[in-house]
Amino acid sequence: MTIDSDMELNPQQQKRRAAFREFVDVHVVPRASAWDRDEFVPAETVYQLANAGYLGAVLPVGEGTCDMIEFGLLNEELGRGCSSIRSLLTVHSMVALSVWRWGTETQKVQWLEKLRQGQVIAAFALTEPEAGSDAHAIRTEAVASGDDFLLSGNKKWITFAQIADLFLVFARTQRGLCAFLVERNTPGLVVTPVHGMLGTRASMMGELRLEHCRVPKQNMIGAPGFGLSHIASSALDCGRYSVAWGCVGIAQTCLQSCLQYTGRRKQAGTLLRDHQLIQRMIAQMAVGVRAARSLCYNAGQLRNAGDPASMIETSIAKYFSCKTAAKAAQDAVQIHGANGCSGEYPVERFYRDAKIMEIIEGSNEIQEITIAQSAYEEVAESLTLAT
Amino acid sequence: MEHSKEQVRTFLVRHIGGRTIGDDEQIFASGFVNSMFAMQLVLFLEKNFKIAIANEDLEIKNFASINAMAELIARKNPAITERSH
Repeated sequence: MTIDSDMELNPQQQKRRAAFREFVDVHVVPRASAWDRDEFVPAETVYQLANAGYLGAVLPVGEGTCDMIEFGLLNEELGRGCSSIRSLLTVHSMVALSVWRWGTETQKVQWLEKLRQGQVIAAFALTEPEAGSDAHAIRTEAVASGDDFLLSGNKKWITFAQIADLFLVFARTQRGLCAFLVERNTPGLVVTPVHGMLGTRASMMGELRLEHCRVPKQNMIGAPGFGLSHIASSALDCGRYSVAWGCVGIAQTCLQSCLQYTGRRKQAGTLLRDHQLIQRMIAQMAVGVRAARSLCYNAGQLRNAGDPASMIETSIAKYFSCKTAAKAAQDAVQIHGANGCSGEYPVERFYRDAKIMEIIEGSNEIQEITIAQSAYEEVAESLTLAT
Repeated sequence: MEHSKEQVRTFLVRHIGGRTIGDDEQIFASGFVNSMFAMQLVLFLEKNFKIAIANEDLEIKNFASINAMAELIARKNPAITERSH
């Protein structure tokens, strides 16, 4: 089955996808299971990502820049190989884009090239022990002190915190929620590794404890009170887009794994591929992959156009792609039987990773609320126009 | 500027439950907007009026009402306002 038939990519996009695919086949696929087992991504791999220009791919200008379809394809290919590596691209891109979108000229000069080249790895520090889906509940405080802010609080489930050099930390000030760039070596910042997660086990997750971390006022991204509504919102929108395409990659690799396995595995003297109940799962997987990829492609085109509808379409793509990946991975394990529950086949990793996708960057339930609200808004608009 | 106001109003109507909204009405105080609205509004203003909203524009007063946004548009892209007269 061709995986290229459901989108019309221009020659440049096709060329870049071929390069992404080769990179993942050479540098990611052979090692992903070991990274998952060891809960670790070697510095060499981060260097390879940076050297290929992928860590600056989301930035609209400069070397290595991608259009949004190309950025999506990069996420799909990385997601096909390893969701932990894809999540590095996600969080790093979220911070890089925040600096580009909302940073001061000084911040851009200080950080953008380093982020683009991977000299600095960035992580997104919004979630707290008591603030997940409800980001408004964050408790981390930033208290003005002369020309600085003193940040105190805890951040949890921070992807790639273990190796990040720079954190985008969200905190509460007297003037509302704000975002701050906090360097890893800031006195008072302690990063503790988190191990034993269900999925994306190589995402080098960590917990941040900030105790009177002195951060210059110039490190604030955006303006007081705009931390969630603009800085986090635009970053999470980018994150949802990245995860959505990554899930297409998970579903695609589940499909490929099942097509291969059912073509050689016999039960009751018959290849699995000739059992109709297997065919049903394959069909659902194949349709799901195409539908998810089409939704992501649609969102990408709208993003390229700077269309405000891109945000809700990204949410829809993320919601559908995550559910598709989860279902595909579940069926992939089922088809592989006991083999699928072992480390001999990667589908058990896809199954664990896919579950994470239904929670991060807005859970399925949060997406449902958002998408339903948008549907009601469309009805309200049509009623208004009709009167 | 009136043309800009009508375009902004048309966009807002969709996100504020289809109800009418006055030029000076405080949009974010209405409580009708969802979590994506602020950034959707930024993207709308940028695309529709060919402006770039950046760090220095992040002030509540720039987005508080239809009048405020019309003034922001006029400052960022005077040609748009001139063409509408």
